[in-house]
Amino acid sequence: MSSEALPTVKSDPSKRRRPLALLLMSFRTFIALIVVFVFFGVTTPNFLDVPTLIIVAKHVAVNAILAIGMTFVILTAGIDLSVGSIVGISGMIAGALLTRGIPLDVLDVTIFPNVIETIAISLGVGAGVGLINGLLITGLNVAPFIATLGTLYVARGAALLISDGATFSNLVGDPNLGNTGFPFLGSGTLLGVPVSIVALVIFAAVAAYVAGRTPFGRQVYAVGGNERAAALSGVRVNRIKVCAYMISGFCAAFAGLVIASELVAAHPASGETFELNAIAAAVLGGTSLSGGRGTIAGTLIGAFVIGVLSDGLVMLGVSSFWQMVIKGIVIIAAVVLDQMQRRMYRRFALEAQLG
Amino acid sequence: MSASVGPDNDIILKAEGVGKVFPGTIALQEVDFEVRRGAVNVLVGENGAGKSTLMKILAGATEPTTGRLLLRGQQVSFQSVRDAARQGIGIIYQELNLCPNLSVAENLGLIDPPTRFGFDIDRTRQVEKAKALLARLEHPIDPSRLVDDLRIGQQQIVEIAKALAADVDVLIMDEPTSALSAAEVDILFKVIRDLKAHGVAIIYISHRLEEIMRIGDYITVLRDGRRQADALVEDISVDWIIERMVGSTKLALQEKASRLGGNALTVQGLSLPRAAGGFLVDHVDFSVQAGEIVCFYGLLGAGRSELFECLMGLQPQAVGRIEIGGRDLSGLSISDRIKRGLVLVPEDRQRDGLVQTLSVRANLSLASLRRFTRFFSLDAASEKSEARDMIKRMTIKVSSPEVEVTALSGGNQQKVVIGKGLMTGPSVVLLDEPSRGVDVGAKAEIFRVMRQLSDAGLAVIFSTSDLKEALGYADRIVVMSRGQIAAEYSRDEATEAALVEASTAAFPAQERLVS
Repeated sequence: MSSEALPTVKSDPSKRRRPLALLLMSFRTFIALIVVFVFFGVTTPNFLDVPTLIIVAKHVAVNAILAIGMTFVILTAGIDLSVGSIVGISGMIAGALLTRGIPLDVLDVTIFPNVIETIAISLGVGAGVGLINGLLITGLNVAPFIATLGTLYVARGAALLISDGATFSNLVGDPNLGNTGFPFLGSGTLLGVPVSIVALVIFAAVAAYVAGRTPFGRQVYAVGGNERAAALSGVRVNRIKVCAYMISGFCAAFAGLVIASELVAAHPASGETFELNAIAAAVLGGTSLSGGRGTIAGTLIGAFVIGVLSDGLVMLGVSSFWQMVIKGIVIIAAVVLDQMQRRMYRRFALEAQLG
Repeated sequence: MSASVGPDNDIILKAEGVGKVFPGTIALQEVDFEVRRGAVNVLVGENGAGKSTLMKILAGATEPTTGRLLLRGQQVSFQSVRDAARQGIGIIYQELNLCPNLSVAENLGLIDPPTRFGFDIDRTRQVEKAKALLARLEHPIDPSRLVDDLRIGQQQIVEIAKALAADVDVLIMDEPTSALSAAEVDILFKVIRDLKAHGVAIIYISHRLEEIMRIGDYITVLRDGRRQADALVEDISVDWIIERMVGSTKLALQEKASRLGGNALTVQGLSLPRAAGGFLVDHVDFSVQAGEIVCFYGLLGAGRSELFECLMGLQPQAVGRIEIGGRDLSGLSISDRIKRGLVLVPEDRQRDGLVQTLSVRANLSLASLRRFTRFFSLDAASEKSEARDMIKRMTIKVSSPEVEVTALSGGNQQKVVIGKGLMTGPSVVLLDEPSRGVDVGAKAEIFRVMRQLSDAGLAVIFSTSDLKEALGYADRIVVMSRGQIAAEYSRDEATEAALVEASTAAFPAQERLVS
């Protein structure tokens, strides 16, 4: 037993080349993050100052929270295109609740929920859109791309319908109605740290725990890795998928609230094309679109690479047109490298097996 | 063995000393095979004897490692199936290779569609061609119908017509009758005789020995990758074929079941209807006792896998009673069946058994995550230690439970799938072809584990199409054929000949005539 060549790093005959090459490859996104930091630190004055970094982190937070939810969906080998629209609709619902309340015509009264309740309702709507996505995909067998493309339009349309396209502004609430405090989410601080960054840390920690340490997380990976094998092992595949889309919807709704709170206003077009940024962050972080591979930490790093890159390029004065070109190249390069790593790993594994 | 039967000048295609080596296994060794014009050249052998490898070499789907092919006396090497087809070799695969979204005529014209001046497809002519081909097969299927709407038997006819669409000198047929009804088989045989009369050489692969006796002219028997015997079909009998196929080598018999408990699994009236009519699993009754190993022996398509899938709850249309410990399982979800003590080790471990992206540890624990859950989280320490125990118990060759499961060899992957099932603490274990794609050493270990399980009081049910496995490892053998239980033998009664005969016996033709 001991003398046999076992599939492992240590018994590999090609000695040290493999661990180093593979190690570099598996930390490529992290290395990329360091590279962009160093690059902008050298080229852009004040880039590494704490206030600048906090601004960058606040920008990253929204996309990172979206991408964390998206990661769960992609891990099940699905996709969620509706998150940008959920950002829009959750902000609009919060705006409507804070400024117009819930009019009960029968009793001729209007109920104004407080800020906590407002936030809870908006998050509930986000998770509800996710639930619809999940049921369309599992129950009615609609392809994830199509199902969430549909809800992308429906949710965006609904967001526009709420105010007939208008913006809810000045969402500070009214002390007489007891619904003040909404701006705290976007511009408040806890122990000197902006609330949105604290929220990101909490979301990331909980998500990493759920993905890595809970039976649910394991089942998400199993469903994405091989749905048939997972089902035959007793995993309730449909339930897992629905939960993943609900998590994604919940995260998107939270991101929408952060944006509305930062701006102290809710705009129905808010969050357009955000779904693409979220997918890009997840993919950049090593999440495989075919499912079963990826980590929350990777997604987080991916979101930071995109965020640092775009803020840094702005500070460098690079035109927004060139920014888009660069972002696109980075995403493609990430996927190409991912494929290379996969091939490298497979080759080494095969070599190890053959001895 | 060396002297070939029959006149040499009829040989159109000849394989000389052909061998094929796959990583870890030798599929074919020094095989000579002659294919004669205007004759049905039969190729038989057990599963794994090398028939399909030889067929693939002849059809250009794979290249031989050693040896050479002679076509009309000239040495040839085929780059692809297309290349072989250009030189007049056609093949009908056992699995249908049709596009279900296209019409019959479009499928028939797929390779070489009739065009108008080389631009667009001439639909009228395409339909006419299809009609002519189908008329030759005495099957007036409407050429404009979608293939998806046809019954399997009709699809098989289309597949045959497709091979005839190209002018072939050599036609390879891999189990062409496995999906056909008795009436359809008669038509196929008529077509074969017609082709013979036109000088076409037919290579006919089948497990149905009676059919071979009816239609064959020359027969070649393969065993363990070597040519075992060849003869004129008119000189031999079914018994002769069985003897050559199976050989006299006996596997060391394992000890018998030590003691049997009560009924662990009772199945009554289990049926699975086929979409096109008839049954894939046809009113099956059986029971298995605790501590017993039962083998379900049968040919490909006999309904063994479907039976296992019904038991496990993968086939929602299945009806019948499935009892474990006196409680009916039918209608329960897979996870509830696992909870009641049933597990299935599926036939296709890549498709249904493994999660390729996960580690050995995560694959092993996947079906029993509940057991490792403390409050919300997985108890990583106990998961890891149980995974280590299972790796030791199943003698899985891997350095660490964290290695990705795809890095393992086939036999070790299979042990992971079995280990996953055992981690759930089952009382009844179903193993569908547990030795498929597994090397000899791992095979022995898998059967040794099965005996350990039965000694520990589990009911073990496995399926196989390998006679030696059936006779060597089971306490009782149930033979399936066409979805029904054809015969049942205790270990002492069972003989190779009896099993082969029961599994190839044709049932009275069911109501499956052409509509």
